[in-house]
Amino acid sequence: MRILTFIRQVLDAEESVHVANNAVALENSKLVMDTMDEYGVEEALRLRESGIEAEIIAVGVGPARVQDALRTALAMGVDRAIHVETDIRLDAISLSMVLAQIARQEDATLILSGGQQADWDSHALGAATAERLYWPQVTWTSALELKGTTLTGKHDVDEGSETFTLELPAVITTQQGLNEPRYPTLPNIMKSKKKELRRESLDQFNVTPILKFTSAEIQVKNRLNKILDGKDVPAAASQLVDLLRNEARVIA
Amino acid sequence: MILIVVEHANGKVGKSTWEMVTAARELAQGTGRETPITALVLGSNVAPIAAEIARGVDQVLVADLPALAQYDPELWSAAVAQIATEGEASVVLIGGSRSGREYSPRVAIKLDAPLLEDVISLKANSDTLSAGSQIIEAQHYTYLARVTETIETIGGATGPIAVVTIKPGVFNPATPRAEVAEQFDVDLNLPTPRLHVTGKTVERSSRVGLVEAEIVVSGGRGVGSAEGFTQYVEALADQLGAAVGATRAIVDAGWRPYSEQVGQTGKTVQPKLYIAIGISGAVQHLSGMNKSKTIVAINRDAEAPIFKIADYGIVGDVPQLIPAILAELKK
Repeated sequence: MRILTFIRQVLDAEESVHVANNAVALENSKLVMDTMDEYGVEEALRLRESGIEAEIIAVGVGPARVQDALRTALAMGVDRAIHVETDIRLDAISLSMVLAQIARQEDATLILSGGQQADWDSHALGAATAERLYWPQVTWTSALELKGTTLTGKHDVDEGSETFTLELPAVITTQQGLNEPRYPTLPNIMKSKKKELRRESLDQFNVTPILKFTSAEIQVKNRLNKILDGKDVPAAASQLVDLLRNEARVIA
Repeated sequence: MILIVVEHANGKVGKSTWEMVTAARELAQGTGRETPITALVLGSNVAPIAAEIARGVDQVLVADLPALAQYDPELWSAAVAQIATEGEASVVLIGGSRSGREYSPRVAIKLDAPLLEDVISLKANSDTLSAGSQIIEAQHYTYLARVTETIETIGGATGPIAVVTIKPGVFNPATPRAEVAEQFDVDLNLPTPRLHVTGKTVERSSRVGLVEAEIVVSGGRGVGSAEGFTQYVEALADQLGAAVGATRAIVDAGWRPYSEQVGQTGKTVQPKLYIAIGISGAVQHLSGMNKSKTIVAINRDAEAPIFKIADYGIVGDVPQLIPAILAELKK
């Protein structure tokens, strides 16, 4: 079987966000593979290590720099990568069109993708791709097993969690807790340099954005930052309660 | 029409639905002409739900079917897309719950409409909603809720202008009116669900709901243990009539249930008062609570990032400070 893992390159969560010209500016910031997508790469590798014969392909859509994230996936152990190069920002609904076409071209039967994008805070890509392929999907998966063509696992829902079974083909969205993504080892980084990273142009996918992104503003809520020293415990406790009662007026 | 998909649980219309009613009314007013608001109720034995929401909208469509007893993304998306098409909906509003955000992309694709996710504001940019060239502008958070972004549909849509998920807890919930809207039963062509649910673990707290609560008291690793959480976080929450929240780290450690998790992979809260006890403030946690009106942090580490977004805080020892604060509150 063939497994696609969708990779996005995003701002490292520890980095500060900068805005310039009504958009987030990523120049000079550390960019990494979206951690939510790392769980997908790791899960694909684990499914293979559990004895399933599978070719694993990492797919990334975006500017030339996205290749760095795809190289990381190759170094973690995926077999080859496809980079659809474009500087156009695609919303999840448009992007799913690209991913679905690649899934068809590659005859994939399982797609793994992060549950939430760390840059656009979107949850939509997995379900949108599943819809375009007429496949079922499971989102926010926290445990997964594959036997033959049957997936079983556990995923989070509105109030708690559910266990499930599902027949391939399917789209699975991944999250923290599913596994512990491995770090690429030096020998694997060396080996990955010889792996195929195919570049494609966005033109052939016949996709245009359906949303305009008109402005971005950093949320700055001015905080009071009245931080007390807790060495004198009763004094600090009494002062805090007084501030909450009489200054902020948030408790009775 | 503007179509609202009603979110309900335990025989009651959810607060998120009343918030969607407000969003729909604001959107309808912005168009400068009468745009009817229709509510769609999906489920089994949902007559009380339909009767309740009839006091908030102009028309109620009800699909009361055994097949809809359990939510499924394929069933829900098929039902909503069918009703939106038949009713020529101009906008479809869906709750920004985990399930709403899961099936809404499928609805958008079925309707060939753009998807606006988890919006905090919504307006129509010309005087009529029904014209094909109508544009909708919305705001939502990005970069783990650190950035507010404005987005716009491109226009020229032949079907609905947009499918929108509404972030819970942002719009004021509408209050029911005296007039009661007419109800209609609808027939649906439903697919066979392919995802088989084999078990369900419902995690519900006896305390006030985390997302609705005015005060949230949350704990992280700094409370020391599951017992420490009970002793400090739950005790303070009970004293204040607050909901309790937890960080991913202590949910993973098994100290608290997932239903209490606040942050990127848990719930988003914006209470009047958020008290963070022993929480250092990883960006993933902050994204779930940084819109709270007043933030209080109690932590031993003066360098903890949580203090940067705190209005009030104490740098000190949790096991000593919390009993002292409880004593002070009881005075």
